[in-house]
Amino acid sequence: MLHREATEGAFGRRGPPLSRLSALVARETALAWGRGGGPLVSVGFYAGVATLMPLAIGPEAQRLAAVAAGVAWVALALASLLSLDRLFERDYEDGALDLLALSPVPLELTCAAKCLGQWLAAGAPLALAAPVAALALGARVELAPLIFACALAGGLAFAFVGGIGAALSLGARRGGLLTAVIVLPLFVPPVIFGGGALDALAAGLPWRAGFALLGAYAAAAVALGPLAMAAACRNALS
Amino acid sequence: MRELAVIGQLGLSEIAISRGGRRLFGGVSLTLQAGEACALTGPNGVGKTSLLRAVAGLVALEAGEIGFGGTDPAQARAEGLHFQGYQDGLKPARTAREELAFWSRWSGADAAWAQAAAETLALEPLLDLEIRRLSAGQRRRLALARLLAAPRPLWVLDEPLSPLDAAWRARFGEIMRRHLDGGGLILAAVHDPLPVASRTLELAS
Repeated sequence: MLHREATEGAFGRRGPPLSRLSALVARETALAWGRGGGPLVSVGFYAGVATLMPLAIGPEAQRLAAVAAGVAWVALALASLLSLDRLFERDYEDGALDLLALSPVPLELTCAAKCLGQWLAAGAPLALAAPVAALALGARVELAPLIFACALAGGLAFAFVGGIGAALSLGARRGGLLTAVIVLPLFVPPVIFGGGALDALAAGLPWRAGFALLGAYAAAAVALGPLAMAAACRNALS
Repeated sequence: MRELAVIGQLGLSEIAISRGGRRLFGGVSLTLQAGEACALTGPNGVGKTSLLRAVAGLVALEAGEIGFGGTDPAQARAEGLHFQGYQDGLKPARTAREELAFWSRWSGADAAWAQAAAETLALEPLLDLEIRRLSAGQRRRLALARLLAAPRPLWVLDEPLSPLDAAWRARFGEIMRRHLDGGGLILAAVHDPLPVASRTLELAS
């Protein structure tokens, strides 16, 4: 039993790369689920921000209803920042990132799998909470499906753009704050596109252009973000 | 299926490494053949970890070259090398079973091989515990199980024995000896002598 490879000389056995990636996505989802209290904290923070709004804006239903969808959308961008800072930091600090980098799987795909796990564990629960928060603030029911769709696509963009910030701030003191400063300007376009689509639908105007731009931004983030993340990780490890 | 990652030789020729603008060492050469182990020694801060990370491709060389006996360096590092840093890379909140399963799969091993590695390192009673409940030595054994689960020729180890007790040092010495007998190579940074016959490369600043 002990050391079959010594007798067989079977060095270099390998599983298919897909098996490694699916194992990684499962690990990342589990880690993100537990990170910083997990989705409950994100959703709780989200609910908190949404509850503060009527207190600040005033309780008139009409005024609240006008901003409900936009508020739900901006609060979502902020809530998705919460668990980002530990995305690479923990693996960097405990040496796991070394082992993730030393693999036949390209580091770009590894970074993408980490962000995908982040989206599944943190972005998807927020997307479920977003329409609820908007409805509670008085948004019209017919807006709910679009809010959900925007939150899903936007969450994907937030996870992959956020990953760039998390990777760039590796090794920095107070990296979480640095991540937020790097990432918030990059959150501007998806917030504008999604908010535009929601406004247009609420006003009975064509909303597809804004939603298509949001989807395009998310697609670009998924395609290009991993390149930047991998470069930042290599730099941090060297 | 590409050819297996075979590393018949590890060659460092006149390598130099700088960290943060300060030159750690230069002109270090070493040739390690299959079946040989080398103990990397030297005072704290002399650059043993940096040298190991350079062999693994994580740190850039300032000068010199690292060869893997004709195998493409990128392939050799990705598929032919096991790196064990001074940290174990295990997550405190996950169970030993989850971590062993993940790192074995990540290294390309199947479940049966991970199981065999866990038996060899007597990890079974620990598998359902969270990593935070394990001692440093138990964590190290769990991390080293990866090396057995997915056989690769070159082991690059940073202080592999330091958290282990005397009995486990002896048993890991036995494991290393078998690895070498099977044509493996070991480069390990140590402060105490390796428990296998080995050459010594002493770094000095």
